[in-house]
Amino acid sequence: MRESTIMKIHYGTALAAIALVAVHILMRLTMGFAESLEYQSVLANYKFIPYAAMLELILILLAVHGFNGLRVILLELKQGRIYEKSVSYGCVMAMIALIAYGSNTIIMTNMGLI
Amino acid sequence: MAQVSHVADEQITSSTSPSNSITLRIARYNPEKDDSSKFMEFTISYKKWTTVLEAILDVKKYFDHSVAVRYSCRQATCGSCGMMINGKPRLTCFTKISELDSDVVTVEPMNNFPIIRDLAVKFERLFDSHHKIKPYLIRDDSEIPSETKEFLQSPEEVDQYLQFANCIKCGLCNSACPTMATDSSFVGPQALAQAYRYVADSRDKGKDSRLKIIDESHGIWRCHFAGSCSQVCPKGVDPAMGIQFLRGYLLGFRS
Repeated sequence: MRESTIMKIHYGTALAAIALVAVHILMRLTMGFAESLEYQSVLANYKFIPYAAMLELILILLAVHGFNGLRVILLELKQGRIYEKSVSYGCVMAMIALIAYGSNTIIMTNMGLI
Repeated sequence: MAQVSHVADEQITSSTSPSNSITLRIARYNPEKDDSSKFMEFTISYKKWTTVLEAILDVKKYFDHSVAVRYSCRQATCGSCGMMINGKPRLTCFTKISELDSDVVTVEPMNNFPIIRDLAVKFERLFDSHHKIKPYLIRDDSEIPSETKEFLQSPEEVDQYLQFANCIKCGLCNSACPTMATDSSFVGPQALAQAYRYVADSRDKGKDSRLKIIDESHGIWRCHFAGSCSQVCPKGVDPAMGIQFLRGYLLGFRS
């Protein structure tokens, strides 16, 4: 993939994440902070499909943006063909693993399996 | 090592200006012999028009001829004499001692360049990057004779790239760039500014090929817009601005 395409995704995910995280924070402000973190309250959030979908989207956006940022930092720290390939593929794998783990939590909770 | 100069009075015939003296600290390093660089100190007298290069040449002439230094035109045109002067990349021929406002002037080789010896550095990386971005007009009809034998431009079209054509390849921008310090594959502000110089030239038709060259993992996207390249350019070129314009092409804001 061309670096400009990757960076367009990088900037796009940042902007989208800012908007969605703002919505997420506003939703949390509808109740007290301690109440918001109560077990039943968290489960209720995951079971509300539009909110769960938004959390899933935030997870994907932040994972893509964060791991690409990490890739860029690591590429600037050290250079070398094998190192750079390892960093790029490693970041993609870590991103997929994080999204899979988070999605698993959201979907299982939404379906009432947790 | 401290030495006293008797030099300047002999060299400068005019006596209308008062003469002061400074301590000139010169970094000495021979990669083949030394583990690290060390400084030698010389007391040099100067007049208000004395440049740092002239002070270094005084040291070479009267104290230690083995100081390695690269210079040529002495008028900020050839781009040979870039060095770190009191921690900032500058052209020594273009920097007067009097304007530094310091009793101690420290001269070191430019950052982000391999040292040949003392104050002389290797320019291979800069020239390779410069060559890589195809620093010439690309068009199919360039060799076809025509009646006019030139590609006319309006003053507005010239203004699009003119300041970038002033680059003298001195390397000060690359020396000041923080990304160049850590990323040994980064193309650098000098080459990126020159890429914009040709992309913005209405006579050039090689925009797509140049954008493709700089659009890679160690290309234009590794610039963090510190802006230090533009701060140090002795010719008023603004590489940081050129880089942002180039990003505009790659992000689709410019065509």
